[in-house]
Amino acid sequence: MRLVLRGITKRFGATVASDGISLTVEPGEIHCLLGENGAGKSTLMNVLYGLYHADSGDIEIDGEVRRFSGPGDAMAAGIGMVHQHFMLIGVFTVAENVMLGNEPTGFAGRLDLDAARARVTEISARFGFNVDPDALIEDLPVGVQQRVEIIKALSRDAELLVFDEPTAVLTPQETDELMEIMRQLKASGKAIVFITHKLREVREVADRITVIRLGKVVGEAAPTASNAELASMMVGRPVELVVSKSAPRLGDEALVVDDLRVVDATGHVHVDGISFSVRAGEVLAVAGVQGNGQTELTEAILGLQDRVSGSIRLHGTELVGRSVRAILESEVGFIPEDRQVDGLVPAFTIAENLMLNRSFSSPFVKNGVVLIGALRDFAETTMTAYDIRARDIDTLAGNLSGGNQQKVVVARELSRDLKLLVAAQPTRGVDVGSIEFIHKQIVAARDSGVPVLLVSTELDEVVALADRIMVLYRGRVVAIVPPDTPRETLGLMMTGDRPEDVVA
Amino acid sequence: MSDMTANEVVEAPAPEPPQPGRTHSVLYRIAAGNALSGVLAVVLAFLVGSVMIAATDPAVRETAGYFFARPSDFFGALGMAVGGAYEAMFRGAVFNARADTLAGQVRPLTETLKYAAPLILAGLGVGVGFRAGLFNIGGRGQMLLAGAAAGWVGFAFDLPAIVHIPLAILAGIAVGALWGALAGVLKARTGAHEVIVTIMLNYVAYYLLLYALSRKFLLQAPGSSNPQSAPMAQSAILPKILGDQYNLHLGLLLALVAVAAVWWLLNRSTLGYRIRAVGLNPHAARAAGVSVGRTYTQVMAIAGGLVGLAGINQVLGTVTSGITADLDAGIGFDAITVALLGRSRPVGILLAGLLFGAFKAGGFTMQTSQDISVDLVLVVQSLIVLFLAAPPLVRAIFRLPRKEAM
Repeated sequence: MRLVLRGITKRFGATVASDGISLTVEPGEIHCLLGENGAGKSTLMNVLYGLYHADSGDIEIDGEVRRFSGPGDAMAAGIGMVHQHFMLIGVFTVAENVMLGNEPTGFAGRLDLDAARARVTEISARFGFNVDPDALIEDLPVGVQQRVEIIKALSRDAELLVFDEPTAVLTPQETDELMEIMRQLKASGKAIVFITHKLREVREVADRITVIRLGKVVGEAAPTASNAELASMMVGRPVELVVSKSAPRLGDEALVVDDLRVVDATGHVHVDGISFSVRAGEVLAVAGVQGNGQTELTEAILGLQDRVSGSIRLHGTELVGRSVRAILESEVGFIPEDRQVDGLVPAFTIAENLMLNRSFSSPFVKNGVVLIGALRDFAETTMTAYDIRARDIDTLAGNLSGGNQQKVVVARELSRDLKLLVAAQPTRGVDVGSIEFIHKQIVAARDSGVPVLLVSTELDEVVALADRIMVLYRGRVVAIVPPDTPRETLGLMMTGDRPEDVVA
Repeated sequence: MSDMTANEVVEAPAPEPPQPGRTHSVLYRIAAGNALSGVLAVVLAFLVGSVMIAATDPAVRETAGYFFARPSDFFGALGMAVGGAYEAMFRGAVFNARADTLAGQVRPLTETLKYAAPLILAGLGVGVGFRAGLFNIGGRGQMLLAGAAAGWVGFAFDLPAIVHIPLAILAGIAVGALWGALAGVLKARTGAHEVIVTIMLNYVAYYLLLYALSRKFLLQAPGSSNPQSAPMAQSAILPKILGDQYNLHLGLLLALVAVAAVWWLLNRSTLGYRIRAVGLNPHAARAAGVSVGRTYTQVMAIAGGLVGLAGINQVLGTVTSGITADLDAGIGFDAITVALLGRSRPVGILLAGLLFGAFKAGGFTMQTSQDISVDLVLVVQSLIVLFLAAPPLVRAIFRLPRKEAM
């Protein structure tokens, strides 16, 4: 299928999310859409998928202009979408999920599960997916679940597949496997649109690269372009991709975690007896695929988990069993992994968000009254110091871009005295320019002697910031290794292999 | 949601993040609506009300029978019915040009203010709960028990007015706050949904009060077999603020003070800041060290105290002949409507309370002078909320631009 998007414009109020974007995708081609979060990639694809109506512009498929009033139309026209967050039902089998919305039915509406199963098996065999049609989705690893999404699209005879940030949830190995799948799909003549902001992946599989910034196409690039070239096209200025930091000046052991266990309400063990320590002035980076206990580990340190055993001592003071407020008041800074949920009140202004964890005592509160003057002064200086780009301090946090939202969180946490910084996914969904800034702030905190516990699923980030790397797998520590450990080794460790097996 | 986040959230066909539960997002939607949609909802409700007035008017129906023969008759009757109804409402609620004296002419306005006071007080109580993300349906129970407590102090003691009135009010507030806090504690400690708990507590309060009102050793008036207490002592009755010729009493001033106090609480105090944070994003509030459960309890105590003031207003001011089990007069539920229309903002609730007070005052005149059932007013009130809860409907009717990015 040959897809031509011509002058697609989509406005939301005063914002132009997609500003006359034109794009051609040929069959048998992997076309990368590269751009920062909020650049308009997803908006463009949602127009293509019939979720939004373009204000102007045409969608042309094989020379014919089409209008989609919903995803159903787009699917019927041969467009398949592999979403970043899977649209699968956990307690259904693979075959049941694949046929959902398109159920093969026999006499009197009888569900023909065998036909669906056969279809899965056939597609799976054709592309070497190795997926069991009768497996329950919830039992499958994330990488396989993603293949189910691909099968779903292919089972509806998709000729053009859109992958929206598909590697965000994958291990490095799974990412490699996905790249292989994309090449196979391409070889069988499918057209592929690959949306991402990860430069390495783009250069690996793309046939053509279109860079989008602020809703506009800023140019095309060849897959041979360097990371630095692509990054500066994305951001619109030269970007420092490597975090410069000096050797750590190590202090005493500040945070000591001993035999920590975290269990949830259903009895599921998320953190399974882990022990480690972080010294003042170092960054201990926790690497691992999402969902291997990192969230529960950071929440346990902050007192946000209820069923915790073992010990977490900060400068000798036990934190387990204390309230969140007490822990924050013992000078623990926390950048939560999901800023929209745990980090910000989107309907609050920037200023109001900056005092979120200081609503009990000075400097913004006296005798139960908010000192609005002090808060506003603080917000003004902080906005400048942390480069928060917004009209003014009364802008609602929810109206900021991801990067600026995160800078509000970072500013709030780093602008007070800290004895420990817990940073979970500090740059997830953040643009390249802001990543650079946030990384510098974290390194600055470390250099000022603050112990930093960094959790990241991005290997690039782990390697860039870590003084030591701790790999978690299924709630246990696989190993704690130096930062110059090869990426392949780290990748294998993230699947649970011990380093001895690898190094040998 | 903003256009920026739209880009991130819209992979799914249903862009609403499901996080804090259904009532929560409905409340948020209503609270986030702009003042325009409130005004339009009122206008729309009046229009629908007009249709109903017309449809039930005998003259309109009769002239409709020969509409094509003489349409002017039909439109004349229509104008008479609708115009007459709303004119009567205005006459009963704001200004009566037919009265002989100026005092008589402005009397309707004072009646409106009298009816508005408890609606504003109870509306503030419900509104404060909304701001913390809590749906307080327990207004009735909170009014009943607070009114009973204030009333008991009001008839059982013999004190100078300067002591008696404040004491009765404080007793009422305390009991209302405790009754409200009970629901808050249950939610905080056990996770029981506040809607269920407050509804059930309404029944508990009602039957408790009924029991007490039919037992001589508790609240029942001596020598009476009715479930009613003795009348208030003269020293406990809220003074009439415009002299004895009007029914308007101190309750209105209490309501105005409460509006200012709640505004200050929400916008200037740290407690109010935490209440808003919990209401808008309990996850972030918790991660920032705020005890969500404790905040729920505090909010429900404040809400109970404010709603309780409405009950106190009734017992000590409006109907001083003694405590009864229906002293709430439906205000506990009307307060929900008032808080929704006022978008849970103190000033909004003040205006909404005045409007609903006017409905009450005007509704009676409409019934007596135009023979239009007072129930019609209730229908209009209900329609206002219905239109508020369905902004897309109002936008479609008035052809306002669609908000796709939301």
